[in-house]
Amino acid sequence: MAQTGLEVRQLYSERDDRVLFADLCFTLNAGDVLQIAGPNGSGKTSLLRILAGLSSRYQGDILWHEHSLAQQRADYLQQLLYIGHGAGIKATLSPLENLRWSCALRGLAADDQKILAALAKVGLAGFERQACYSLSAGQQRRVNLARLFCIPAQLWILDEPFTAIDQRGVAEIEEWISDFADDGGAVLLTTHHRLAISRPLRVIELGVA
Amino acid sequence: MTLFSLAWAVLRRDLLAAARRGSEWSNPLVFFIMVCALFPLGIGPQPQRLAELAPGILWVVALLASLLASDTVFRSDYDDATLEQMLLSHQALYPQVIAKTLAHWLLSGLPLSLLSPLLGVLLHLPTTGMVALMLSLALGSAVLSFIGAIGAALTVGLRKGGLLLSLIILPLYIPVLIFGSSAVKQAVEGAPFLPQLAMLGVFFLVSLALAPLAIGGALRISVDQ
Repeated sequence: MAQTGLEVRQLYSERDDRVLFADLCFTLNAGDVLQIAGPNGSGKTSLLRILAGLSSRYQGDILWHEHSLAQQRADYLQQLLYIGHGAGIKATLSPLENLRWSCALRGLAADDQKILAALAKVGLAGFERQACYSLSAGQQRRVNLARLFCIPAQLWILDEPFTAIDQRGVAEIEEWISDFADDGGAVLLTTHHRLAISRPLRVIELGVA
Repeated sequence: MTLFSLAWAVLRRDLLAAARRGSEWSNPLVFFIMVCALFPLGIGPQPQRLAELAPGILWVVALLASLLASDTVFRSDYDDATLEQMLLSHQALYPQVIAKTLAHWLLSGLPLSLLSPLLGVLLHLPTTGMVALMLSLALGSAVLSFIGAIGAALTVGLRKGGLLLSLIILPLYIPVLIFGSSAVKQAVEGAPFLPQLAMLGVFFLVSLALAPLAIGGALRISVDQ
């Protein structure tokens, strides 16, 4: 793919009169994995929320396929899968019901087989119809991550995907990220964990003077 | 996938979640019953005086019950970050917001209007007013749900938005209260009450068309931080 995926130019953001980042420039193309690192409070989540289009507290340009995000918003959102640090699931519903809703929001016809396969892939086979509040924190996180496998996208923006996930799960998620990048997807993530993936990894450090 | 099936998915999910939790739909209903039951005790059991006050009492209490319920429209979605998913969908927000408000009305306004004849009997409301009471409450509470959802969307990002929410939406509730209670009064006196219902219908159609735009905009602002 010759087209540039996501391009960020001269991004500046501040919070409570504190500059989070200034002059931030990077591009993210198909197959790239980009890690945003930095200490707590350095603006990692703020940056991801800006790039996901949830926050407008920034100056600078964000381009998607060489056009500004404002022009390309519908196309961008269709290609974007954002997993924030919030729960992202309704605790009273089962994983299956949660994902049916998530798929419907993305305009996908309800396909239980696909959702069950995604849940099996994240290690939740047998828990599909149990209410989410009865699952452990790590399992709830996995329900949220199962969206990666039932919603087609070109760009994953993942905010701390490894929170509450066990060691084997972390290795699995790293593998999913590598596979996705191999298939031409782009990944932008924050984590404090040292990523061990088979793809070349770029790291942007925030909060360093 | 059509907009209708999107709205249906949102509606079904909200009803399912509310059915499992219970407090969302039972709180306004219990409030409505309790407060209406207190009035005969406070005013005294004279049927004539109660009958005179009944339309106003029933409508004011229903309005307060709706106010009480309005904070819940987006609260839990905001807290568990599923609201972000709605905003990040490339599909229109309009049908999603209508579906959420409709679900809220089905859980708060509709049960109130279905139960209202019973409380009308408790307050000695003449039977001629029952139909007008039910219809005006059903239609009026739908308008209240839309107005309440605007306020809820504006204040969902605040830690303590409760009082602010009341200040925003209470003035907008007043026209609905005036026409709603006047419809019941007219019916009790045997006068035609259709004009009042028609006005409520106008309010409903206007809010159905315009409120979702305001709600969608307000949600984007609330999440933008």
